[in-house]
Amino acid sequence: MLPGLAYFLLFHYGALAGNLIAFKEYVPFDGLWGSPWVGLGNFRRMFEDGAFWAAVLNTLWIAVLQIVFYFPVPLALALLLHSLTWSTVRRFVQSVAYLPHFISWVIVVALFQQILGDTGLLNSSLSGLGLHTVDIIGDPDAFRPLVVAQVVWKDAGWGTIIFLAALSQVDEQQYEAAAIDGAGPWRRFWHITLPAIRPVIVLLLIMRLGDILSVGFEQMLLQRDAVGPETAEIIDTFVYYQGIVGGDYGFAAAAGLFKGVIGALLVYAANKVAHRLGEQGVYR
Amino acid sequence: MSASTRPGWLEKPKPVTQAAKAVALVAVVLLVCVPFLVIVSTSLASTDEVVAGGGWVLWPTEPSLDAYRDILDGGIVTHALGVSAGVTLVGTLLSLACTVTLAYALSRPGVLGGRPVLLLILFTFLFPPGMIPSFLLVKELGLLDNYASLVLPVLVNVFNLVVLRGFFQGIPEELYEAARLDGAGDWRVLWSVVLPLSKAALAVVGLFYAVAYWNSWFYASLYLESDHWPLQQVLRTYVVAGSGLTDATTGEGTVTAPQTVQMAVLVIATVPILLVYPFLQKYFTKGVLTGAIKS
Repeated sequence: MLPGLAYFLLFHYGALAGNLIAFKEYVPFDGLWGSPWVGLGNFRRMFEDGAFWAAVLNTLWIAVLQIVFYFPVPLALALLLHSLTWSTVRRFVQSVAYLPHFISWVIVVALFQQILGDTGLLNSSLSGLGLHTVDIIGDPDAFRPLVVAQVVWKDAGWGTIIFLAALSQVDEQQYEAAAIDGAGPWRRFWHITLPAIRPVIVLLLIMRLGDILSVGFEQMLLQRDAVGPETAEIIDTFVYYQGIVGGDYGFAAAAGLFKGVIGALLVYAANKVAHRLGEQGVYR
Repeated sequence: MSASTRPGWLEKPKPVTQAAKAVALVAVVLLVCVPFLVIVSTSLASTDEVVAGGGWVLWPTEPSLDAYRDILDGGIVTHALGVSAGVTLVGTLLSLACTVTLAYALSRPGVLGGRPVLLLILFTFLFPPGMIPSFLLVKELGLLDNYASLVLPVLVNVFNLVVLRGFFQGIPEELYEAARLDGAGDWRVLWSVVLPLSKAALAVVGLFYAVAYWNSWFYASLYLESDHWPLQQVLRTYVVAGSGLTDATTGEGTVTAPQTVQMAVLVIATVPILLVYPFLQKYFTKGVLTGAIKS
């Protein structure tokens, strides 16, 4: 039982203590502990850095687009699947829809490149028909819809699990009773289905809002080169490029710590709101 | 079990609704399957066919395995495949062992200081340490360019831990008491009572770990020299970033178009997932829900 605990102490709490580097100027020769203190210098630089704020803004942009365009998809898909009475079909579609969740981001991005890229399936079909080709992968304007589409493709199916579970909790007899009382499909949906899954919807939405500073790091890192940092830089990639690539460890750690603290506060607040609304869901 | 069960009270749906549903379902299946089909087909096609098709092929007329032969001849991809398989196997076993023991200890009343330790662990979920401190820690531990850097920093996943803990708590207390009366110690109870009852949960958690290790590339790019890279990082460099792969692996005189080779690497990176998926898929709804409800 100790190895697991040791892992948490070393790689979480040990690394957490390493956040002290945000208040230091990291000198590789002196190591983490020997480097000189600079107080809040790194944070001051960060707050004055336009590129940092651009990254924050991009992160929020993509998160909002995801909430508007990604969030409803698993719900709609779950309602569709739940409405199927033919269980063989339902199970087959479910299995297919879950699958992309297990594919790595590297492969997902490669797949999208093959299909929508310069010489991909879409463009070779378009040019075969004598039409203009479109460069979706390399176009900064298309980048945001593209990343949301990728998230939908990868995780919408997986996201249905929790909604389907909520839907399966609904008592069949309620539907039957309502139907006998003359309620049509629409009224049954409005008065039975929706109230049954509302807690789950609210809960997931609140949790997503709490996590708004995090949008797929790997996904962005993989595609940042294609469209440039103006649209694709998020807080996490900012930290990566400043610290790991640029070697400015103290500065990057400050940005990371900023994100960590704000993020934790947001999740904590979201949790509180969820409790306040009487949802029992999140326990921590 | 009958395939279709329509309760008596449910009115027959309108044909329009039926058709709309059918279209939506077919669309979902096609959207997932067609990309994979294109990748597999292109990897099997000949160079001429790929060039004629403008870079892709939907149905190769003369399927050949040349692309696979080219990359699996002992070069970069073969090596990376070995690295990925090794890291996935060792990592999954280590992670499972640590997660199971920790989850078991946390699921029993009175062990390990119980709640404070649990809160200590759950806090890491709320406040992850951050990329830079983690990187510096691995560096100062001397783990750079060591395969351990792919496993140790991600050894226990909090979500998986919570899933297992929840599952262990669901086992009836009487079974624990019976085992105790028979004189079984903690290890014995875990091994002979708890684990046999937890096969579904173990399968799910094991799958999650294995998939995570198999799919991991970022840590490799941070911590490893390029000649130790696993498959996903090779894929990232040669397919996503578009550097030449054929030159590096097969030298001169290659007969396969880069496109087919790239697609073959993609297929090789995907196949293991597709292979384990059908076997474990029946477990995960159950496993995930145990975790979701408990957390």
